[in-house]
Amino acid sequence: MSDYENYAKGSPLEVKVISKRFGIPNSASIDVYLQHDGYKALQKALGMKPDDVINEVKNSGLRGRGGAGFNAGMKWSFVPKQSSKPKYVVCNADESEPGTCKDRPLMEYDPHQLIEGILIAGYAIQSQQGFIYIRGEYRYLMEIVDRAIEEAYARGYLGKNILGSGFNFDLCTHTGAGAYECGEETALLNSLEGLRGYPRVKPPFPAVVGLYGGPTIINNVETLSNVPHIILNGAEWYAKLGTPKNGGTRLFCLSGCIARPGVYELPMGFPLRRMIEEVGGGVLGGKKLKGVIPGGSSCPVLTADEIDVAMDYDSVAKAGSMLGSGGVVVLDEDTCMVKVAQRIAKFYAHESCGWCVPCREGTAWLKNLLTRFHSGAGVEDDVDTGLDVALNILGKTLCPLGDAAAMPAISIFKKFRHEFEEHLRLGRCPYEKRTVSVA
Amino acid sequence: MLSDALKAKFDKIIARYPLKRSAIVPLLMFAQDEIGYVSDEAIEEIARRVEVRPIEVIEDIGYYSMLHRQPLGKYNIQVCTNVSCLLRGGEEILEHCSKKLGIGHKQTTPDGLFSLEEVECLGACCGAPAMQVNYDFYENLTPQKIDALIEKLRSDGAKKSP
Ligand SMILES: Cc1cc2nc3c(=O)[nH]c(=O)nc-3n(C[C@H](O)[C@H](O)[C@H](O)COP(=O)(O)O)c2cc1C
Ligand code: FES
Repeated sequence: MSDYENYAKGSPLEVKVISKRFGIPNSASIDVYLQHDGYKALQKALGMKPDDVINEVKNSGLRGRGGAGFNAGMKWSFVPKQSSKPKYVVCNADESEPGTCKDRPLMEYDPHQLIEGILIAGYAIQSQQGFIYIRGEYRYLMEIVDRAIEEAYARGYLGKNILGSGFNFDLCTHTGAGAYECGEETALLNSLEGLRGYPRVKPPFPAVVGLYGGPTIINNVETLSNVPHIILNGAEWYAKLGTPKNGGTRLFCLSGCIARPGVYELPMGFPLRRMIEEVGGGVLGGKKLKGVIPGGSSCPVLTADEIDVAMDYDSVAKAGSMLGSGGVVVLDEDTCMVKVAQRIAKFYAHESCGWCVPCREGTAWLKNLLTRFHSGAGVEDDVDTGLDVALNILGKTLCPLGDAAAMPAISIFKKFRHEFEEHLRLGRCPYEKRTVSVA
Repeated sequence: MLSDALKAKFDKIIARYPLKRSAIVPLLMFAQDEIGYVSDEAIEEIARRVEVRPIEVIEDIGYYSMLHRQPLGKYNIQVCTNVSCLLRGGEEILEHCSKKLGIGHKQTTPDGLFSLEEVECLGACCGAPAMQVNYDFYENLTPQKIDALIEKLRSDGAKKSP
């Protein structure tokens, strides 16, 4: 179980759509779900033409919450109508991007919302089977979702002839076993087929050739959890919650040096500065802000001067970073940016699957260079060498894990060069080691 | 020997997939949960059931960080030191555990009760610093909370072992 307070602390600025049932006693049970509009959207969708469901989702401006931000309805529309092989829906619940912990409360407090979203996606692309790929560490969540799936079968929301519509759909969970790379959609498919989680070459894209060679849509937990609300309340309502081309709300995970860490549901386009100051209660201990990682550890860091940005995909991209997975990590004035770069590099070196050379070698080089540098044994050329290594990973790898490693490193080398120089001058790290700070 | 309950679970899981080998990783995880590690016998049994060669099962084991061929401590303490936890003292928590237990990363205490691991983001960033003991999450950690937990696990562990 998780400590509810960490994941649903609440703020008056929140706009609750997918988190609206968090906090209701027994919110994970089907009875409570049915009392709160549960499975009404499915009923409605089953009375629509599959293409109309796809169009509704497309027009809502719902973009993928897993990281890349692709329009979900658009992705579904790439699935061929006729297929000799079965089609599949795969829910990505691998949640492993450092700084991200939002799929967790969605599965813990509202698993039926996710199941309903998957069912509607399945109906839209005319698939009969789905899988929820859950990271191995989330065992207690898998048990919660398994229980919900059982309930849904028992009440006729899963299985044959759902709600008398003639639509059949089977769903089960699948546990991972510790591998960040398995969150990448094609590596996930290989993993789900019982192979090592190495990425596949695209194209063909999974929507055309995916699981077991059949057309497959892969969507994040949060993406799919939004679908029932779009069907029930309409594309226009959903689109209006956010900004143009960025429909709806988003779960933001505020963590790091922040007074009130937590998962908050805010409208797409909510200003980052207000998110930190008003929603999160400001920097922990009243310290000064140094920077923000806006969307999980693979995003370029924004400096304290760059936080006047609306948190939607297009605005954050314009500011030179990414909205990514919604993991907003706050860095205060006492944060050593060399250490942050080193820890992030260590992560990617550990998680590189080793399949392609620029990623396997490049991430190891970055980690070794930054570890040596932070320990006080840096030399003057290191920053340029590090930058060169990172730039030679960027855009040269089979899957985007290489880019995920390169982008934060490049931003820190460039924007915080003075901190590297300070380490060189002193021959050691000028910052104190972080100790436990209680809010 | 794998228990009958586990074998029944294997059958149920394999039946979910259009392709049997899809079940390899879940079966390995459940076997490991029961035995404490992935034994040779488990590999043979899983390979036979999903109709692949044992080497293909072994290939998977090498890829996934949660699967291991040796027993760990009864309580495997996994401390996150990734960025959100780092900023809230994750490294101090790791060091504290290490001192308290007298073991380092990927080591096990001589009595077999505890093992320690520095891990990547656990998805508990808003409750940083965080760790998992086996599958249970512990968040907003302090050295005091660690001390109390380890004492509790020590007495639980002593009680339950035969
Ligand atoms: C290395 C890597 C790790 C990823 N990890 C995750 C993950 O844990 N969860 C997730 O939903 N998407 C993850 N993604 C993104 C997926 O590849 C994919 O874009 C996503 O599941 C699509 O769903 P969406 O469109 O609903 O976001 C990852 C991508 C990469 C390159
Ligand atoms: S960074 Fe430690 S749990 Fe996410």
